Amino acid sequence: MTVRYRKERLDRGIKARCEDMFALSSYREILYLLLPRVLPVIALLCFPLLKGVVGLYWEKVLVITCAIALLSLSWDLMASVGLVSLGQALFFGAGAYLTGFLNKSLGWPYFLTIPFGTVGGALFCTFLLLPVLRLRGVYFAIVTLTLPLLFTRFIEASKILGGNAGISSLSPLPHLWFELYVPVLALLICLFSFRRLINEDYGLVLQGIRDNDLAVMSGAINIYKFKAQAVFIAGMAGAFAGAFMTHYYQFVGMPAFALDYSILPLTCAVLGGVGTFAGPTVGAFILVPLSEALRAFGTLRVVFYSAILIICVVGLPEGIFHYIQRKYHQFERMVEVG
Amino acid sequence: MISSILVYGLVNSVILALIAIGFSLTFGISGVANFAYGGFYLLSGYLTWILLKYLGLPFIVAVFITIGAVGLLGFLIYWVILLRVRGIVLSEVIATFALGVGMLEFFRWKGFVTYEFTLPYFKKGMLLIADVPVDYQRLFIIAIGLALVLFLYIFTHHTRIGWSFRGIAQNERTAISLGIESDWTAALSLAFGSAMAAVAAISILPLGIISINMGYDVLLIAVAVGIVGGLESVPGILVASLILGYAQIITSMYISAEWMMVVYLAAIVLVLTIKPSGLFGKFKELEERV
Repeated sequence: MTVRYRKERLDRGIKARCEDMFALSSYREILYLLLPRVLPVIALLCFPLLKGVVGLYWEKVLVITCAIALLSLSWDLMASVGLVSLGQALFFGAGAYLTGFLNKSLGWPYFLTIPFGTVGGALFCTFLLLPVLRLRGVYFAIVTLTLPLLFTRFIEASKILGGNAGISSLSPLPHLWFELYVPVLALLICLFSFRRLINEDYGLVLQGIRDNDLAVMSGAINIYKFKAQAVFIAGMAGAFAGAFMTHYYQFVGMPAFALDYSILPLTCAVLGGVGTFAGPTVGAFILVPLSEALRAFGTLRVVFYSAILIICVVGLPEGIFHYIQRKYHQFERMVEVG
Repeated sequence: MISSILVYGLVNSVILALIAIGFSLTFGISGVANFAYGGFYLLSGYLTWILLKYLGLPFIVAVFITIGAVGLLGFLIYWVILLRVRGIVLSEVIATFALGVGMLEFFRWKGFVTYEFTLPYFKKGMLLIADVPVDYQRLFIIAIGLALVLFLYIFTHHTRIGWSFRGIAQNERTAISLGIESDWTAALSLAFGSAMAAVAAISILPLGIISINMGYDVLLIAVAVGIVGGLESVPGILVASLILGYAQIITSMYISAEWMMVVYLAAIVLVLTIKPSGLFGKFKELEERV
């Protein structure tokens, strides 16, 4: 008689009956919980120190990756309220142009322009989106797709803010360490505060609005206020990326509203897993370096993102992060079938 | 001045209607916002160009092959991609948007951007209408636009497939309970929408050079006309294209041609802000949008 096996799958015992409460009883269990959170943080903080080993080029890639990761975090926060955006470039561009304007026309230094660009850009976008927050699904997506294009054409046609040529020779960032660590720290702060935010009561309301806005309204909650606040918070993350990159490139122009800044964060979020914030970050750290490596292919890269998007949306709607998270909490072993 | 505004405004309006009608047909019937519309439009242009240049087919054959092939592609895309994400608005939008962007950027990468990419006029020459010179191509566009609207009306009111289109559009569940296949109808609507993109491309593209950015513009035009008119309502689309078409021509004559695109984009944002159901939208749509 042959021995037959079947695969048995167990959730780890450490995990109590709900998602985020644990009963810890040993260092092993503490490490089990802390390692996946702490290791990436340490890796991120150490990466700029390794600039002698990996070379300056990849350090620059790190900066771009952080900017895209911030944009995809802001996309994910808006998606958590049910606002699907096809135009994260709006936030990026608003922050970028405001920073460029403050720096060039008013001559403010970088430590004033970046905060003002962040808050001002987010406020601007929030007021701009305020009238359309009541739209649902496709219609909100259409508006957000339209707005960055509208601004591109508007600036092109009216020739304000440098028109086609953009605003160049802005003041540079003070130091290489500043260039490398500010985006990393901003990303970490943004990631962990968003994760905390969405698990608070406040975040529950936001998710409620996504799942059933009528039910939330019937709970005497003003959903438009919450949506506007969420857009402002998401806008801050996006506008900061724009404001920082403006000083980083010492230039702001049409490319700030380009489709790249809309479709790349979206791809990162969908690839990594929507709704977790860690997912979009993971997605960004996979896709952006990959896209740098594929730089030689030119616009074929966009085709490549599109293919990834379609495959992920159709084939892996869950996303990478959800999958890894599930597997991390599970044992799998073969047991004898008696 | 006035007469040229009248004539060119009409031509421009018919162009807008021709572009928008395929998008809004698909959306009205199956509820799928086909964001790959611009991709289909340019694909049709390049396909015709390739058939004419490399295979040397006669124009009329190339036209029919293109319309058929693009329609079939729309049909297949429904079964391969959209069927799996049907009903999840976010995924539908992302999938079609990615598909469209992918197609357009693929053409850009293949280098379909130079001046040699033009489609031939149906017939060269021009005519004077009220002292305004109009070339035959623009007259053909008006004729094709009218023919297409007429065809659509007859098709949706006097054929079985047309009836099932309208049935699904009015109430999907009731239609299913009466034995109308929802998926087949939706796939056919996507095929029809794509084929109409091909018709629009073949008649409009000869007016200029085929450029990649036109693909994005076409999507925006389709969306703008659909939003202003209220998607799924044909009279709404006609009125919206007249409004936008004339507004655009007046803008380009009195201000500058660079502001022409701003007209659409501002129209989309304003209409969605002020009257989300569109000019001719019904209450049902209002409920879905807000």
